[in-house]
Amino acid sequence: MARAALPGRLTWQPGRVVELVDETPRCKSLALELPDWRGHRAGQHVDVRLTAEDGYQAERSYSIASGPEDRQLLLTVERLDDGEVSPYLTDELRPGDELELRGPIGGYFVWEYSQGGPLLMIAGGSGVVPFRAMLRHWTAGQRNVPARLLYSSRTLEDVIYRHDLNGLAEQGAEVKLTLTREWPPDWQGHRGRVDRNLLADVAWPPQQRPLVYVCGPTAFVEGVAEALVDSGHEPSRIRTERFGPTGT
Amino acid sequence: MEALDGNAIAGTLFEHFGTEMTTVLGACAHCGTRSQIAELAVYTHAPGVVARCRPCGNVVMVLVTVRNQLRLDASAFRMDEGSGR
Repeated sequence: MARAALPGRLTWQPGRVVELVDETPRCKSLALELPDWRGHRAGQHVDVRLTAEDGYQAERSYSIASGPEDRQLLLTVERLDDGEVSPYLTDELRPGDELELRGPIGGYFVWEYSQGGPLLMIAGGSGVVPFRAMLRHWTAGQRNVPARLLYSSRTLEDVIYRHDLNGLAEQGAEVKLTLTREWPPDWQGHRGRVDRNLLADVAWPPQQRPLVYVCGPTAFVEGVAEALVDSGHEPSRIRTERFGPTGT
Repeated sequence: MEALDGNAIAGTLFEHFGTEMTTVLGACAHCGTRSQIAELAVYTHAPGVVARCRPCGNVVMVLVTVRNQLRLDASAFRMDEGSGR
């Protein structure tokens, strides 16, 4: 691949905000135009850098929500009340503003068609963001690999990309929601945390050797990865990405 | 505190080495476990960042930024030449 043959430098580049979308009460998506973007693989992330008037800088990592085939780069940011960066991105940023970004970054938590499947994605909360990119990539391709997303959210109101997920389901991806804190009276989906029982219901059996990606807060990722291994899934077929309130 | 993983230092390492590093394989100098950098347990809440071997907990990398210069000690993580490409 040309990209791998050119180990370029990771440089900061400007991105212009073209649209802001409210996803949930706490999450917003930012659509960006980057003149110098060289493309990305589904699952990669970017670093975003903010500079204050006095020169103080803060950086955070955000997963890319758009697919490699999409025209604009989409990031989804969850507002952390005591955060240094996310409240600015969700509350202050306006279309036309510029941000500094560098990327794409990461080569481990990525999925491309050549890796095959069945593709099982397990998300906790805003851990769903890189899976939107993988599913966008999946829908842009031949869809000859089965794809299934299991998404754990506290409430229905906290579900990010509800509209997009319905669209992806119409195109053949299987989307399973589980709500852990409260659910509507007529809720038909799963309830409760992702554990061995839920995995037995939702995951392909270990004999089918699904390629499993797990993304979310540390405790979620470790609980799910442990339940997968206990259920007989091969550790080498499980990839994990943990996120926390700070980047480096 | 809870550990993240090597994905959290992907940007810092890319900047330092000039290439994507999270899929590079290495062996823990203490227990010998081979991991990709993305699989290491990474603690970011310190003056520096510490990466540990997940099975044995040995510190395999320390990253400290001093005056915008990264100081990296990865002597306890024996990286395979040419892996991760």
